[in-house]
Amino acid sequence: MHELSVSSAIVDTVVRHAAGRRVTAVEVRLGRLRQVVPTSLAFYFELVSRETVCEGARLDQEVVPARLRCSECAHAWEIDMPHFRCPECESADVNVESGEELEVASIEVEEAECTVSR
Amino acid sequence: MHRVKVRVVEDALDANATIAAANRADFDRAGVTVVNLMSAPGAGKTSVLERVLGDLGGIRVGVLEGDVQGSLDADRLASLHIPVTQLNTDGGFGGECHLDANMVRSALPSLPLEDLDLLVVENVGNLVCPAEFRIGEDVRIMVSSIAEGEDKPLKYPLMFRAAELVLVNKIDLLPHVDFDLDRFLHHLDAVHPGVPHMVMSARTGEGLDAFRDWLVELPARVRREVPA
Ligand SMILES: Nc1nc2c(ncn2[C@@H]2O[C@H](COP(=O)(O)OP(=O)(O)O)[C@@H](O)[C@H]2O)c(=O)[nH]1
Ligand SMILES: [Mg+2]
Ligand SMILES: [Zn+2]
Repeated sequence: MHELSVSSAIVDTVVRHAAGRRVTAVEVRLGRLRQVVPTSLAFYFELVSRETVCEGARLDQEVVPARLRCSECAHAWEIDMPHFRCPECESADVNVESGEELEVASIEVEEAECTVSR
Repeated sequence: MHRVKVRVVEDALDANATIAAANRADFDRAGVTVVNLMSAPGAGKTSVLERVLGDLGGIRVGVLEGDVQGSLDADRLASLHIPVTQLNTDGGFGGECHLDANMVRSALPSLPLEDLDLLVVENVGNLVCPAEFRIGEDVRIMVSSIAEGEDKPLKYPLMFRAAELVLVNKIDLLPHVDFDLDRFLHHLDAVHPGVPHMVMSARTGEGLDAFRDWLVELPARVRREVPA
């Protein structure tokens, strides 16, 4: 059900930026640490976007790996398991450099007229 | 008709964050410290509150009850003679699975903020979504009961990482369930290194004094960290 909340937040963001234009594609960047299941997100996105300008839009998901950096020893590494202590020095003072994204990167919209002169 | 790609680069939760900041400003103005209490359904949020909120010394406390079990939880707390406001989270797909900043905002007019030092918001029982939606709180506390098993932190890192304090409840059940406290704490430390925890039982009262003291000291501590 988490993906339902997340897809609602994505659709709200997209609708705001679309400003009434029909949306044909949405590109999102999802950090590994957000625990979003891509197939589940796709399912709920389709559901939540019905009767909005996003209806039928393609959802492109980029999963961003979780990268950490230790403030003590500067060691940087990528995690698959939720283990956040530095493996080199055991420090708890570790920064998440990527993996917490929940971002609408871009949208593709339809525009009635071309504003660029030919 | 032609298609154009528009760069957005916006966090999908920005809209929620904006409202949370507005809530926070209102809480700060009223001088009330806000706790967001989160857990899986049935971990013991209401039970712990029942046991500690009636006796917080000079701290004036109120509760915003957001759990989905109707007004039952609110009734249980009302006997403590503290202000309790029930938030209606019905609607949406069979009840909400979390509180968001806007739901809390809608409840602000019915809360006696000026008369409170501390407001505890009992979130909807859910181990994922509440961690995503800030509501304007100062601290997030999570209750995890030992009945849920010792690998919970590994399965729900998002929530355990969001909490600034973890309450390990139902410790009275230790002789009856297969739960190794050391293993749980080991997993907790892996997921959220250094996060403080308290072991307790809302049934027997064990460990509740420490949490009560923690709550009593919280408003002064928060005010020191965030000068008005
Ligand atoms: N054995 C035991 N049961 C508890 C304890 N705390 C709560 N419970 C029981 O767990 C159930 C759920 O508690 P409740 O406070 O409603 O959980 P909430 O959904 O998180 O608010 C109730 O039946 C409580 O009586 C505890 O420390 N020990
Ligand atoms: Mg409850
Ligand atoms: Zn290190």
